[in-house]
Parts: sequence; C-alpha cells; structure tokens
Amino acid sequence: MTEDPTDQQAPDGDGTISVFLVDDHALFRSGVRAELERGVPDVRVVGEAGSVDEAVAAVRHHRPDVVLLDVHMPDGGGAEVLRRLRPELPDVVFLALSVSDAAEDVIAVIRAGARGYVTKTISGRELADAVRRVHGGDAVFSPRLAGFVLDVFSNKPGAAPPGDPELDLLTRRERDVLRLLARGYAYKEIAAELFISVKTVETHVSSVLRKTQLSNRYELSRWASDRRLV
Amino acid sequence: MNTPTPPLARRRSGRIVAGVAGGVADHLGIPVTWVRAAFVGLAAMWWAGAMAYGLLWVFVKQEGADVERPTPPRERQQALGLAALGVAAALTAAALGNDLIGWIVGPLGVAAVGAALVWREADEGQRRRWTRSGTAGGRNAVLRTLAGALFVAAGIAVFLFGQLQLGQVQFALLAVLATLLGVGVLTVPWWVRLVRELTEERRERIVETERAEIAAHLHDSVLQTLALIQRQSDQPREVARLARGQERELRAWLYGAGGYGRGVAPTLDEGLTAALAAAAAEVEDTYAVTVAPVVVGADRPLDDHLRALVLAGREAMVNAAKHAGVAEVSVYVEVEDDAVNLFVRDRGAGFDPDAIPGDRHGLADSVHGRMARHGGTVRLRSTPGEGTEVHLAMPVRTHEEAAT
Repeated sequence: MTEDPTDQQAPDGDGTISVFLVDDHALFRSGVRAELERGVPDVRVVGEAGSVDEAVAAVRHHRPDVVLLDVHMPDGGGAEVLRRLRPELPDVVFLALSVSDAAEDVIAVIRAGARGYVTKTISGRELADAVRRVHGGDAVFSPRLAGFVLDVFSNKPGAAPPGDPELDLLTRRERDVLRLLARGYAYKEIAAELFISVKTVETHVSSVLRKTQLSNRYELSRWASDRRLV
Repeated sequence: MNTPTPPLARRRSGRIVAGVAGGVADHLGIPVTWVRAAFVGLAAMWWAGAMAYGLLWVFVKQEGADVERPTPPRERQQALGLAALGVAAALTAAALGNDLIGWIVGPLGVAAVGAALVWREADEGQRRRWTRSGTAGGRNAVLRTLAGALFVAAGIAVFLFGQLQLGQVQFALLAVLATLLGVGVLTVPWWVRLVRELTEERRERIVETERAEIAAHLHDSVLQTLALIQRQSDQPREVARLARGQERELRAWLYGAGGYGRGVAPTLDEGLTAALAAAAAEVEDTYAVTVAPVVVGADRPLDDHLRALVLAGREAMVNAAKHAGVAEVSVYVEVEDDAVNLFVRDRGAGFDPDAIPGDRHGLADSVHGRMARHGGTVRLRSTPGEGTEVHLAMPVRTHEEAAT
C-alpha cells in the first residue's frame, strides 16, 4: 500500500480521478469525503449513496472512475451492487472499503468483481494511493487479503485437485508474490526481492485477482458436475 | 446466614421427587432432611404428609433455571429411603384403620401413584420446553404418561367396582369414554392453537434473548471503552490503546472463529492461531503499536515446539515494537504440512546484525536459543533505515512420528 507515486499511471482526462462513495453510514461517508478532499488534489468525490438501489442509480448516472464500496449494507451490500453494475459498466472500477476483514466478506466481493479491498482503519493518504492504483488498472492487496487468497487457493480442503492444469490456478511466481505481500512487503520491495520489475509484480497481482474471480466459475462448474447437473 | 429468606419455590436441581421438601427447607432455612422427615411423619397420619406434599407440588412454582445445587449421593440415598418409609408408613396406617378406609385408600392410592407419574411427566415436559427447543422426551415420556394414565384408570375402576353394581359400571364407563372422546374432538382447535402459540412464543423468546445478548455485549465492551476514551481524551496514546484493544475484541466477537452467529467454535481450543493472536494482542497493548498477524493454513494444536515458536515470535515482535520506532509490525505465519514459518517484519530503523553486542539477551536467548533447542532455525535480515525481518522456521512432527 506504500507505493512510490512515480510508479503510478497518470490520471486520465482532466487529471483528476472521480470517486463515488457507497456506504450506509452518512457519518463515515462525510469522513472519507473530507479526507479525500483535504490534501489529495488528484482525487475528486463526485457523489455518494447510502443504499444499494441508490448506489446503482447514481453510479449509472455519474459514471465515476472509481467506486468506494462498503461491504455490509442492508439489502445485499457491496456484492449486490457489483452484481448489478459490473456487467453494464465494465470501465468503472470498484474498491471495497469495509470495517470487516472476515475472509468470507473479502473473498465474496473480490469474486463479485472488486479490484481491491481495504479496511476502514486506512489513512486518507493510503486510501488515495489505493484509489490511484485501482484506477491505473492495478489490484490493491493488503497483507491480510493476500493471506486470504493464499488460504483459499492452497490450503482449504477441496481446493483444486493436483494435475488439472485449468484448476491449478496460481503459478509458483504468483504464489511467491502473494507470500511476500502477506509478509508486509511493498510492490517495490517484492520486485527487488524476486529480481523482477515492479510492473511484473503488478501483472502477477492483477492476474491473481483475475483468477480469484475466475475460480468462482471453475468451482461452480465443478460443483455442478459433481452433482450431475451438467 | 444473613441472606434474606428466599420465596417459597420448588427446587429445580438437587431434588428427589419434585423439589418440594428442598424448597421448604430453603424457605425456612433448616436442613432439608428435617423437612423430609416431617413429611414422612405426617404421611403416617392418614396420608396428611403426602397430601401436603402433593398440594405444594401443584401450587408452588419451580425456581429459576439458573440455580445449580449438587446432591451428594449419600443425601440422595437418605432421601429415597425416607420417601419409601413414608409410603410404607402411610400404607400401614391405612391398613391398620378400619375396612372402609382401607378400601378407599387402596385403589385411590394406586390412582394417586398414576396421577403422580403423569404430573411428573408434565413437570419434566415443562422444564424441557423452557430449556431446549421443546423436543419432548420421546418414547420414554409417552410410556411414562401412558403408564400413569393406566394406573389412574385402574385405580378409579377398582374403586368404582367396589362401590357400584356391574351394570352401572358398564354404563358409567361408556359415558366416561364417550365424554372423553367428545371433549377430545371438541378441543382439537384449542390444542392446535396452543401448540402454535407456544412455537411463536418460543421464537420470540429466542430473538429476545439474542437481542439482550448483543446489547449486553455492546454495553460491557464498546460503551465502557467509549466512556473511558471520553474521560481520557487528552491522552492520545491511551485513547489509541483503548480503541485498538476494543476493536480487536469486537472484531473477534463478530468475525472470529467462534464469533457471533458462527455457532460453536470450529477450531481447536488453544491452537497455534489463538496463541499467536494472543501474543500479538499482548504486544499491541504493551507497546502501543499495531501488530497485524496474517495466518495462512490450517490451525494446529500447540505442542512444545510450536509453543517455543510462538514465544520466540513474541520476542521478535517485542524487539520490533521497542527498537524499530514504527507504528506497525507485520506478522505472517504459514502453516505447512511439515513446518511452520513465522515472519516478523517492520519498516523501522533497522540495524547491522553483525554489530550487535554480545550482551543482548533478547535476541540471543529468547529467539536464537529457544528456536535452536527445539530444532528450529532463525534467519535475520536487517538493513539500517529499511527495517528488519525475522524469519523463524519450526519443523512440525506429524502424529505418527510423535507416537513412536
């Protein structure tokens, strides 16, 4: 999360990243808004919503660059917003911002299509960094998130059976990158450690994220074939 | 005893028959054996003791479910003996009395035993309903109730045979049966409603209990801490410490392994994960830094080696908290089949590992020594200005190896 600013992709268009806030707590929204508007010139908050329906309508209308999405909300939460908006707005990037760091919550929104997951104890500067990174096409992985993903892929019972190339989802290199992330390394430090470029680290992390979403489909098809549904 | 006299209530636990004697003893503040003996003595006088006991059983409510009372086996035997003595005394008294009394008491005694069985079953059923979700005692309960009903019927029948002519008995039996049947059919809707209401009531009670539990927890933890924070708002360090501790606890309560809404704790009681979390929490609280542990892999029970690993890891966390001068320490633990790897990393001051004076016991004894004694290894990487990472590796012996 402590990425060197020079590694960032430049914000597009008028130079600012438009951000939309979705959270059912107004107090928290105004707090985030204040943090982002103070001292983060390249991030602009264009709107906020307090419920799933409101969020779906407003995001459709505003078309922001990045949506900061709460995980726990009445009527379905962040995952529901993602389900409804992802297919029709593929250019909008979603970053989950939640107080929960329970594995199920994290994995659920990542699988629904969020590009990253940060917890609400994050500082304003780090949050702005995370917004820039997801907007630049990168994935934001906290050490804890990296740990969850490793857990899901490597150690959980019922994980991919060995020898199936399609199901053996994480490459060795991606695993190494995730492990270093979980140990608290920054992307730059991982690059130095593994003798690869920062860009390559970002590519690995992004492909892990893609596979995390994809694994849902694999698991689904396996689940279906196990039960002779297909 | 200075405690105020408790209200008269039948004992729930530590009872022999219905808890009446115990309740009376509690109420009067005298030994329960005396009360039992008194009931037995009264029973010898024309069943007066038994009558009193039965009436008290019917009219005195049971005490709350939260009272636990152990019954010593000796007291239990004594009480059972007294009960048997009471019955014998009552029967003897009845037999010694005139014929008519004997005639009435005999069959009625049998009926009373039956009634007692049914009543006891109802009593048990009620208790079960209040404690669990009302799944009654199954076949045993039905058998007991049926046996009781049979006793009552037999007793009444014998009593009536003694008093009436055969034809009258036939008629009376038919009338009774027809009435019972009619009453049963007529009250079906009432029974159905009763069952439905009970279910509804139970559901509401569960929701209510849950709400109360949440409120109690929030009161005990969050509200108390917020009050403390308000009073100490001029001490940012202390406020941060309180808030961190509270966040950790609430998080564990909500999302932890045995967390709220997750049913029973699925993991090992005091496994590696729990021990590490406890160590990290301790360091957090003592040194006012954030320690963020990430654990990958299945939990393991704590054996001597893993306990040494946790202690060494704790020492590494303490070192990072004390010397690195940073607000956050990362801890990563990977549990593999044959080894557990633990990484403690900070982005703080760092140091030159070769330049450490030999008298620094923390690293030498607590980390290196401890790990070496249990067959583990320590790798230390530190660069001045870039932080430190301590890597502790502990091989894990499988159960088969440990057994040999």
